[in-house]
Amino acid sequence: MSDLRDLYQEVIFDHNRNPRNFGKLEGANHKAEGFNPLCGDRLTLYLKVDDDGVIEDVAFDGKGCAISVASASLMTEALRGKPVAEAEALFRGFHDLLTDGHGAPVELGKLKVLEGVKAYPSRIKCATLAWHTLESALHDEDEPASTE
Amino acid sequence: MSTATDKMAPAGAPALDVERIRADFPALHQEVHGKPLVYLDNGATAQKPQTVLDTIAQYYGRDYSNVHRGAHTLSERITAAYEEAREKVRAFINAPESREVVFVRGTTEAINLVAQSYGRVHLRKGDEVLITELEHHANIVPWQMLSDQTGATLKVAPINDAGEVVLEEFERRLGPRTKLVAIAHVSNALGTILPVAKMTEMAHAHGAKVLVDGAQAAPHQAIDVQALGCDFYAFSGHKLFGPTGIGVLYGRAELLAGMPPYQGGGEMIREVTFERTTFADIPQKFEAGTPHIVGAIGLGAAIDYVGAVGLTAIAAYEHELLQYATARLSEVPGLRIIGTAADKAAILSFVLEDVHAHDVGPIVDHEGVAVRTGHHCAMPVMQRYDVAATARASFAMYNTHAEVDTLVHALHRVREMFAR
Repeated sequence: MSDLRDLYQEVIFDHNRNPRNFGKLEGANHKAEGFNPLCGDRLTLYLKVDDDGVIEDVAFDGKGCAISVASASLMTEALRGKPVAEAEALFRGFHDLLTDGHGAPVELGKLKVLEGVKAYPSRIKCATLAWHTLESALHDEDEPASTE
Repeated sequence: MSTATDKMAPAGAPALDVERIRADFPALHQEVHGKPLVYLDNGATAQKPQTVLDTIAQYYGRDYSNVHRGAHTLSERITAAYEEAREKVRAFINAPESREVVFVRGTTEAINLVAQSYGRVHLRKGDEVLITELEHHANIVPWQMLSDQTGATLKVAPINDAGEVVLEEFERRLGPRTKLVAIAHVSNALGTILPVAKMTEMAHAHGAKVLVDGAQAAPHQAIDVQALGCDFYAFSGHKLFGPTGIGVLYGRAELLAGMPPYQGGGEMIREVTFERTTFADIPQKFEAGTPHIVGAIGLGAAIDYVGAVGLTAIAAYEHELLQYATARLSEVPGLRIIGTAADKAAILSFVLEDVHAHDVGPIVDHEGVAVRTGHHCAMPVMQRYDVAATARASFAMYNTHAEVDTLVHALHRVREMFAR
């Protein structure tokens, strides 16, 4: 079972049970929906970006598997107070982490607990759903972000 | 179906020697994550007995050629085998004539064939197609496409909380405009066995033709299209322990004869000039191009295998296994079974409180257990029960009570991991 624990680390259970920044965000100025048609995971992401392009506040709600909920929760923690450009860099770094990409190294901090997902190709979309939704929120796309 | 019994089979029915059957399926004898494989994803596709594998090897390895071009020995040999497979299918579903058996890629193609050939000709604006709420996407989407093309309307008969079609509601939706009724024989997501003969009778009373999606029924119970009274019956080879890419459309001869071809090409013609083409008789009219020859012959071998075991014995054994599995799974805290119809095939869909189905899948996989998780290509069913996804254990004749125990053990592991 050891490799299963690589996927389901305690931090992931913690964030699944008690997702941080969960709920609607009053005064959000960006919002997007994400949908994973393969597993039916759905989430809505709310962002408040200030005039200097800094993510002042962020929240999400929705339903999903432990990996997608924990990933969304961890993402919101990582994003608060970050300039949008840094958020985009984090997404690239996170994506590289899960797909063995070769982009410039990015300091991912706690997000690294999701590295175990790499061994489960069918679950990578669960881990990246929140980040794809972030992209649509930042670009104010009307269509729900899809992992497909 | 027989009633609940602790025995392997009710009195009078031949018993099933599960260990002997298991010995015939090489794929069952392997380990996954260091644990013996427990294959409970038969609703998605079934494993293959050695006789099917040997038949495929024989026909690709020695007796291989193309069919119906019989100027040489190999072609005559394989044409005979291909047509013999058609006759085996005919007998398997008790169709009156073998020319009523059309080889297709699978259930999905069979339904699309009826929608695009029969449906395009016979349906007009304002006509209706009636399906039920528990249908697989393959028995929804082709009718939506047909409705878009013809202006026909798609109507849906509801199910109750147990997952049974509400017959009064079904009947109420039948009318003079109902041209086609398309229903599952067994629901892939809920396990419900539909009263197809009765529903067919109701539909025929209104002059509608009836197509039955038999994908989930064919491996588990005897099929008799004459007793059912249906006009079309579709099933797939791969769920019946046969190869992928081969399936069957049964259609009543007078209907098939009146239908235009589905695809044009070789094999399906009588004479071609640039001005005009005349088509072959049924079933060749619907088999354009080189068919999946060895697939059909492999399906014939699978039918022989299932026939030797006996579908009555299979149905009785699986029914008892379902009773056992239902009782054992109900012991798992927080587990809710989705689909509790009185008449059910050996399919158990369930959700675990506070655990998403997609987290159940990999954890039980690490105990060697293969189940499907997701919407099972029946999103409207998931919406009906307000769940995003379920886990589904679907059984076959080679599954054992001990395997049910392993599944239950694995589900307790899931609970442990998600506790605290």
